[in-house]
Amino acid sequence: MKNLNSYYSSLLVFGFLLIWEAGARAYNKSFILPAPSEIALTLWELRSVLVLHHLPPTFLVIFIGLVLSILIGTGLAIWMNGNKVAEKTFYPIIIASQTIPIIALAPIFVLWFGYTIWSKVAVTVLITFFPITVSAFDGLRSSDKNLKELLLTMGASKKDLFFKLYVPSALPSFFSGLKVAVTLSVIGAAIGEWLGAQAGLGYFSRRMMTQFDGAAVFAPIVLLSAVGILLFLLVTWLEKTLLKWRKTG
Amino acid sequence: MIEPVLEFKRVSFDYKSEPLKDRVPILEDINFSVNDGEFISIIGPSGCGKSTIFRLITGLEEPGAGKIYRKGQQAIDRLGRVGYMPQQDLLMPWRTVFENAMLPLEIKGIKQNEAEEHVLKLLMDFGLKGSEKAYPGDLSGGMRQRLSFLRTILSGSNILLLDEPFSSLDAITRLTMQEWLLDQWQKLSKTILFITHDVDEALFLSDRIFVLSQKPNSLIKEVKVPLGRPRRVRDLGNLDVITLKEALIDELRPRTAT
Repeated sequence: MKNLNSYYSSLLVFGFLLIWEAGARAYNKSFILPAPSEIALTLWELRSVLVLHHLPPTFLVIFIGLVLSILIGTGLAIWMNGNKVAEKTFYPIIIASQTIPIIALAPIFVLWFGYTIWSKVAVTVLITFFPITVSAFDGLRSSDKNLKELLLTMGASKKDLFFKLYVPSALPSFFSGLKVAVTLSVIGAAIGEWLGAQAGLGYFSRRMMTQFDGAAVFAPIVLLSAVGILLFLLVTWLEKTLLKWRKTG
Repeated sequence: MIEPVLEFKRVSFDYKSEPLKDRVPILEDINFSVNDGEFISIIGPSGCGKSTIFRLITGLEEPGAGKIYRKGQQAIDRLGRVGYMPQQDLLMPWRTVFENAMLPLEIKGIKQNEAEEHVLKLLMDFGLKGSEKAYPGDLSGGMRQRLSFLRTILSGSNILLLDEPFSSLDAITRLTMQEWLLDQWQKLSKTILFITHDVDEALFLSDRIFVLSQKPNSLIKEVKVPLGRPRRVRDLGNLDVITLKEALIDELRPRTAT
């Protein structure tokens, strides 16, 4: 059944690409609407520049951003779970922070951090921080109160409760949040690079826009989504490995 | 004189979280004592505070008044001292059968190889050999209860508190589990306190039955079961037992205001 599902979605994507190809050829203005075949060709021509020169800095931004988000997000979630005052203080702020248009806020990071990697990391962290914090917190909160009491009757310490109950209870929800976060992290890194960079896939795409090279705008975007998909698959694989029990449940 | 392993002296309890004027005592002036190796059932209408007695014994709650003694000494620090088997099996879905059984030993800080050896031997005795790598989600109701009981035993305590462990099982599985429990109890020589709302179950299993009546006068009445050991289910057809059963059912039935 699962194979059938991916079969249908591949068919849809293929159909969509076909219509795009036909439409682009009919329209024949490749600087506005390049055909998929053109994009593929450009991607092939630019492969060494894109993969060797522009992918590494973008990937570094994504990586540092995600690591920081996970550290800060889970740290805050653990704190809020253990401390009522922290929860009452931070939870509403975290929710409210999502109404701030982060993309509009991004230029200020350039003022603060300059054109260094940190202005891009800041955008990535700001975008990915929310799903990680909220999912980790909800996961921690979802732990069974009866199970907690049972562990207490066995003489469990706070450390026992944390590692044997809270962390395993939080993992399924945490992974859901992480899946959202990794896809967002790619967007965050690309937007960060628009603001100003010397290299990076987002930066390259934007530079090609000014040169009216439509196919070269799309080529790095294809690579960016590939990175997003790969990260997503990596998290899914991690989830399946760590949460083996869920398949059977 | 033999000292009782567990004793309640004039214990009262109410939930402190409620405002003073709304407070209804859950338990009032409860006295009982349990001897080493006894099988005691506690029966009573729902909401009479049966589970609260267990929460007091385990140390999850503190009595409002009165004292709890263990082996003749007042038991202040009670958490981690008795084996408690809750109403739901409360197995951790993310742990395998083996890892679930290991839990109390991990918490006690027992050495890994020593603990594993101990657990493997008991898994065999409990008919869970071969399923040790399975997750609780794959087990039948009876197996889950056996595992939950195994985990309770591995707490290493001499006193086991079982809170309606078989209430969610079907009649046949339940009977099998009751016979199995008696078997284990005799083999392991533990003291068992068993909550149930089923009079037959209480009569079949216990040496003595504690009857809790409806609030507010939650006084415990003690009944000795007139049956020897080993028992069979058909012993419940014994005339003395039937008379006792009817008396108990009368006791438990809510009194209508006439």
